[in-house]
Amino acid sequence: MKRKFTALLTAGIMAASPALADLVVPNLSYRTGAYGANGTQYADGFNDYFTLLNERDGGIGGEKIQVPECETAYNTEKGVECYEATKDSGALVYNPLSTGITYQLIPKVSVDKKVLYTPGYGRTSAKNGKVFEWIFNAPANYWDGASVAIKYLLDENGGDLNGKKIALVYHNSAYGKEPIRTLQDLAEKHGFELTELPVDAPGQEQKSQWLQIRRDRPDYVIMWGWGVMNQAAIQEAANIRFPMENFIGIWWSGSEVDVKPVGAQANGYKALTFHGVGTDYPIYDDLQEYVIEPGKASQGGEHVGSVLYSRGMYAALVISEAILKAQELAGTSEINPEQLRDGFEQLDITPERLTELGLPDFGPEIKMTCDNHGGSGMSRMQQWDAEAGKWNLITEFTEPDKEVLEPLITEDSEAYAKEAGVTPRDC
Amino acid sequence: MLYREAGDFKTSYRDDGQTFPIRLDRVAYYAVVIVAFMIVPFVINDYWANAVVVPFLIYAIAALGLNILTGYAGQVSLGTGGFMAVGAYAVYKLMTTFPEINIVIHILLAGGITAIVGMLFGLPSLRIKGFYLAVATLAAQFFLVWLFNKVPWFYNYSASGQITAPTRTVFGLAVTGPSTSAAAKYLICLVFVFILAWVARNLTRGTLGRKWMAIRDMDIAAEIIGVNPLTAKLSAFAVSSFFVGVSGALLFSVYLGAAEVGEAFGINKSFLVLFMIIIGGLGSIFGSFAGAAFMVLMPVVLKNLLVGQFGWATDLAAHFELMIVGALIVFFLIAEPHGLARLWALTKEKLRLWPFPH
Repeated sequence: MKRKFTALLTAGIMAASPALADLVVPNLSYRTGAYGANGTQYADGFNDYFTLLNERDGGIGGEKIQVPECETAYNTEKGVECYEATKDSGALVYNPLSTGITYQLIPKVSVDKKVLYTPGYGRTSAKNGKVFEWIFNAPANYWDGASVAIKYLLDENGGDLNGKKIALVYHNSAYGKEPIRTLQDLAEKHGFELTELPVDAPGQEQKSQWLQIRRDRPDYVIMWGWGVMNQAAIQEAANIRFPMENFIGIWWSGSEVDVKPVGAQANGYKALTFHGVGTDYPIYDDLQEYVIEPGKASQGGEHVGSVLYSRGMYAALVISEAILKAQELAGTSEINPEQLRDGFEQLDITPERLTELGLPDFGPEIKMTCDNHGGSGMSRMQQWDAEAGKWNLITEFTEPDKEVLEPLITEDSEAYAKEAGVTPRDC
Repeated sequence: MLYREAGDFKTSYRDDGQTFPIRLDRVAYYAVVIVAFMIVPFVINDYWANAVVVPFLIYAIAALGLNILTGYAGQVSLGTGGFMAVGAYAVYKLMTTFPEINIVIHILLAGGITAIVGMLFGLPSLRIKGFYLAVATLAAQFFLVWLFNKVPWFYNYSASGQITAPTRTVFGLAVTGPSTSAAAKYLICLVFVFILAWVARNLTRGTLGRKWMAIRDMDIAAEIIGVNPLTAKLSAFAVSSFFVGVSGALLFSVYLGAAEVGEAFGINKSFLVLFMIIIGGLGSIFGSFAGAAFMVLMPVVLKNLLVGQFGWATDLAAHFELMIVGALIVFFLIAEPHGLARLWALTKEKLRLWPFPH
């Protein structure tokens, strides 16, 4: 009895590992907890794109892709456990969809030599490939987002934000604090006044923050929220009748699950994005044929075409393109993480290539080099149309303010290099 | 038959008062210690260390600490997460400010700093008790988390408010930072657990422990027989916070490597450690270990069993895991309200009589 129990316990602790032959791209997802509603859609998009490649093309370069999933619940300790459980299975690249877990993994992947791809989240200064050899965060990072949002407001105000009041409502965590430094510098440059309003996780309770907004009457509110915090914030904004067109969310605060619960009052809410949305792209015909109809879609395919589904798919697309590039460079289809890193560093996803992949004008051009791991940083604005129930793109892809961002990225990455004892590479 | 006291003669008071009076227990204890120190470090791999053993050892220290306060001295505390955060931020500030000093000293100092903070928040215990004290310690939890989020000095003005542990070595071996080997992580935690458990055991059966237990059982009676409630309660807070601080320091520096106060040391952590000692057994050293093992291992075992062996969807498995762990907690507490330690004690009672019970 006791021996049986011990055997069961050992079997239980030892994770089942996939066969070593395939390309392994673990999906550290979260479908439970306060952020589950958002994490599920992203994970589905991520899984489905690889399923499509496996079913339609037989994988990448003839190698099947395995996407073992591991539930993190957006919790850093579980994230570490998932990383440790999957890293010896030949994993090539991680995409944990959590800034907190990313911060945990940055030092670990640098030692274990795994690629960490964090599109639109994670540590901003990882853009500096000289210091962060294994981390990539193209096409855009938080500082890019902050800068593009301010640029948009500048355009709306004829290039002058002097004396305007802008409030930042943010998730009180590593994620939410990321843009503060950039916004402070931008405030100095453009002469607007910045108010910082932290919201503690998970963020259902924001009455006092919005009371302050009601009292101070800022001209604009920018939000860095995630999970239930987004819905609560948009609801509170509607309650105090804050004009929705002056309320801008980062890309993580701009999905259907965030605005739908608020109903018609959410009409006009704006959010940044770095990719297209909806099912009006040729790729969805293939997806329908090879993935959804045969019943292979992740979790039944109920979120196909949503903002976060598209983003998960886009992340998978960039990873698969990097794998393709790596295979080309290495001359072998069975690549290892070092070769994948080289693939990422020479990645160039042109608009033509996107059209070829069935996603014309879906994202900005991504071109990475050894010292630029963050691409161009371009993003665009979308606006919610509550009546039609869809997001409309209202600007073209906009470049961030490099003049402000580059010194900040250099400063922060150098601070990291000093703290972690990393000698920057020559590029 | 095998497990018995008969024939195990004690000829001195010292022998009579030892922690493991039964020979088989003593042998088992030495065997466990030898295996833990001499064999496990050579076979442990990254997964076992990071997912199972290191968190178990660190939470065992936290559970020991809380057990001293709640189990032995009877002061309910919901501030464990906050005190762990004090340990973590203290060790972070120390190791970045004085990089040349050994990390072990920093971890002990972090425990000391936590002890002072714990005593400060223990002051209300002189006037209030029970639920009211729980609420006062809850205030400590929220205040400390708020403080570490609010004041940038604590996180060295990093952009994201995250603290990251740089590499530090003991005898030339890295014990913190990314390049730490699984064995080094395991050993540093094991050494702390071993020494602290030994200290806890000997404190609790000495004068101090008896004072704590007197206060727990009836504070007025204790005061009448000459126990000073001020020193007894504050010493319980200090010792307990020292343990909790050390575990917080280890959790951050050795196990996580990077932490964010709201996420790593939130109220959930306080509840987690409280559940550990309730399930393990209040007022028991063994119970602290059993509770920590239960709460750390159960989710990992279930996750791997449901997802890895049965191939369930991860979200379904995650939901079931919560339900199964919850149900097991309820089951164990109904079966034995005094926790796993009591269950273990009863098993030993029965074993002594087996196969001829009365």
